[in-house]
Amino acid sequence: MAAKPKVAFYWCASCGGCEETVVDLHEDVLKVVEAVDIALWPVALDFKLHHVQAWKPGEVAVAFINGAVRLSEQEEWVKLLREKCPLVVAFGSCAHLGGIPGLANDESRREILANKYLRSPTVDNPQEIFPQESCQVNGYHLDLPNFWKEVKTLDQVIEVDYYLPGCPPPTDTVAAAVTAILKGELPPKGSVLAPEKSLCESCPRKDSKPERFALSAFKRIATSIPDAEECFLAQGYACMGPATRSGCGERCLHGNMPCRGCFGPPPGSLDQGTKMLSTLATLGEARDEEAAEDFAATLADPLGTFYRFSLPASLLRRSRRAEET
Amino acid sequence: MSKRITVNPITRLEGHGKIEIFLDEAGNVERTFFQVPELRGFETFCLGRPAEEMPRLTPRICGVCPTAHHMASTKCLDDLWKVDPPPAAKKLRELANSAFMVEDHYIHFFFLAAPDFVVGPTAPAAERNILGVIAKVGMEIAGQVIRVRRECRQMLQTMMGKVIHPVFGVPGGVSRGISEEERKQFLETAKFTIEFAQFALKLFDDVVLKNKQYLDLVLSDAYTHKTHYMGLVDQNNKVNFYDGQVRVVDPTGKEVAKFVPRQYRDYVAEHVEPWSYITFPYLKQIGWKGFVDGPQSGIYRVAPLARLNAADGMATPLAQAAYEKMYDTLGGKPAHATLAFHWARLIEALYAAERMQELLEDPEITSTEIRTVPTQTPEEGVGIVEAPRGTLIHNYWTDGDGILTRVNLIVATNHNAAPIAMSVDKAAKGMIRGGEVSEGLLNTVEMAFRAYDPCHACATHALPGRTPLIVTIYDAGGSPVRQLRRDG
Amino acid sequence: MADAQFEPRIVGFLCRWCSYTGADLAGTSRIQYPPNLTPIRVMCSGRVDPTFIVKALADGADGVLVAGCHPGDCHYQEGNYKTMRRYPLLLRLLDQFGIERDRVRLEWISASEGDHFAAVVKEFTEKIRALGPLHWNGKALAPAVAEPV
Repeated sequence: MAAKPKVAFYWCASCGGCEETVVDLHEDVLKVVEAVDIALWPVALDFKLHHVQAWKPGEVAVAFINGAVRLSEQEEWVKLLREKCPLVVAFGSCAHLGGIPGLANDESRREILANKYLRSPTVDNPQEIFPQESCQVNGYHLDLPNFWKEVKTLDQVIEVDYYLPGCPPPTDTVAAAVTAILKGELPPKGSVLAPEKSLCESCPRKDSKPERFALSAFKRIATSIPDAEECFLAQGYACMGPATRSGCGERCLHGNMPCRGCFGPPPGSLDQGTKMLSTLATLGEARDEEAAEDFAATLADPLGTFYRFSLPASLLRRSRRAEET
Repeated sequence: MSKRITVNPITRLEGHGKIEIFLDEAGNVERTFFQVPELRGFETFCLGRPAEEMPRLTPRICGVCPTAHHMASTKCLDDLWKVDPPPAAKKLRELANSAFMVEDHYIHFFFLAAPDFVVGPTAPAAERNILGVIAKVGMEIAGQVIRVRRECRQMLQTMMGKVIHPVFGVPGGVSRGISEEERKQFLETAKFTIEFAQFALKLFDDVVLKNKQYLDLVLSDAYTHKTHYMGLVDQNNKVNFYDGQVRVVDPTGKEVAKFVPRQYRDYVAEHVEPWSYITFPYLKQIGWKGFVDGPQSGIYRVAPLARLNAADGMATPLAQAAYEKMYDTLGGKPAHATLAFHWARLIEALYAAERMQELLEDPEITSTEIRTVPTQTPEEGVGIVEAPRGTLIHNYWTDGDGILTRVNLIVATNHNAAPIAMSVDKAAKGMIRGGEVSEGLLNTVEMAFRAYDPCHACATHALPGRTPLIVTIYDAGGSPVRQLRRDG
Repeated sequence: MADAQFEPRIVGFLCRWCSYTGADLAGTSRIQYPPNLTPIRVMCSGRVDPTFIVKALADGADGVLVAGCHPGDCHYQEGNYKTMRRYPLLLRLLDQFGIERDRVRLEWISASEGDHFAAVVKEFTEKIRALGPLHWNGKALAPAVAEPV
């Protein structure tokens, strides 16, 4: 095998954090450039649509795609990359699960536009101008791309071979995945390239987990000080650890803050949110209906806590509000 | 009938961007539109969430400057809950913010801006990238750039939990302090960073300022806009990235506004156009006068050069000396040369490095008094910091339980939206004559917006990096007659 | 919105020891109740992961019933207390999704309460009929009763 393998990076509705995590290879980035040819990276390299269209199938071994999908242009690009590349990896929470932008599936497009261009306290817009997909300004014709009503995960648009979880995927996870791909040492297709266990099992606080939990109410970090060593759930803080896959190094925990679930659900789980709901209820102590209701009432924002990163990937995918145009 | 040139996509911006250039009969530029086609809806989908989650939600607006959002958000929570963090907490936040400023500014300068200057704006396209820079300056220097970024980012990860999407900001303080061992280690990083910062300014001096062609470019009219300028200043009117009041000066340097965060809505308003999703902020007291500069226009600029213009100096000695030298060279204050943003950026990095050292030598930095727990009922808060790319405003309203009912964000690059559009327009008009569109157009148009380091500058990891651009020229009937590409 | 032609489709998770046996009793006692509910027998109401309930709704059910032993009578001691604690949390989640709370119901039905089971199914069916179809994502479960040829 004389030629270096070729890889491609592409981004959809993304924040750029997934690009930064690659640069966080620091000195090792230069090793990556030695080992592979990067055939596409729209924000860094000069390759354009016609170059990709000219690739022979299989010429570029793997496409790493980050970002959620909600523009028709993004759909075109990811479908083209799927056609050309034998391997497609969903890179990061947004491509894997929808990510935080996926929370827009709890809102209607109309509300988003009205809040931004009409009701914002700093916007001065008496003529109620809204950005248009197509408009004429003094005889000049201009257009903007079309947004979908719904944010989608990558695998809701194309078939995905592997998932690199995390917001963003930790740099060492990325390095391990790239190495595995280049060596051809991969688990079965459809796998998430991270350990097959939940975060609690690798958490630095796990030894402080009680044998039996008996929570009567949830606390909020806004109005209390978390202990730096005890299990967050045992302290009464909502922590997504039990319903989240391990592999991130528990950096948030080391920062003395609870997990918010960016690695997605553990293996075998269909829905991260309902899994977490089930766990929290199990940890409660209420034994009558009133106490159970009181307990439930102390959890602020179940949807946003359970589906912080995974709303588009959930069973319900979006709330009723998102259906309004 | 006018000809139309579409430049699409522009990269190194938040999401996607494009430029539409319309030519008149003579083939000169009539009008240029800089369009931002991205909107994600953070201000709406955060509603219903607990406010204390915002320092972990808003960094996802941008993975290049997540710390900026994290800081603005955390300060907003202090205001919301009417709680004053202990001094050590504020110092820890400012320390992290300073380290972040350093590494972010250098990523932009070396990976994005340097190719134009170290290799040259008209150098062959294939060399005008970070590898070309390395070829000219050598692997050792490249190693130093990577090292300064690595050390600062490792420091940030330790302090804030994560470097991409931090977690440690909470209302009334931070969730985690630093140990004495960490302090010592970070102090070494700070000292190395100061050395590097001085080297970077020297490099700029050797490569740009001593090169007449570049200096002429920096001072040229095509890249000059006489606008108002905005930035945070401390009580001595010196540049401060973390806290202070917002100060605005007019094109002559005279102060025309100074306000605390809570008052921002009295001074800043946003204009909407149907052809872009980004809004165009302007000074309310003057009003929206269109995409024009000058003292009668409400348009203002933010980010490095603007901050230095809006302040009376730098709070640390080495940076102050560099500041004075810059204004001497540029012919006084305020400086209107857009390309001087690059210079100001390096001066800011030096200040941030010196500030890191100051804070790390403060014995209070290892204190365990890092949190004041809120006791008041939340209602409304405003938090403002200086992000690398400009003044960043977070404004939240909640119900009595701290659940968000309304959110208003003015993100740094937002303030520069109109100036960027104008800079691109002016550069295009300066470069395109008689219908002739050349390779030079592509790069000089890029240089016009690149100086602002628009948010999402993903050239942080530019390897052979040039912005991919397609320029298509259509005749009056809409048929393409010529296409220019940047090809490898 | 009520629709006269609309036949609700309800999924019922019934615990083997109490509620499912109660349902059998309704049958052997020949107590009439609507056919709109499809029973699914589980060993304990505590086995009902909220995922099942949400999946049923996502896949086209208009309503979901979870029935278990009365508190204190759980065959496995603690199972139904877990169910009891899950229920109000799930309702709050459904509120946020915009799904009417009345579409998911928790009942305690013992092995001897055949008539209670029938009454619950009858009342619940009418309640869902009044709410109208959910048809989440445009999906609907196949009719409970085959159309006459």
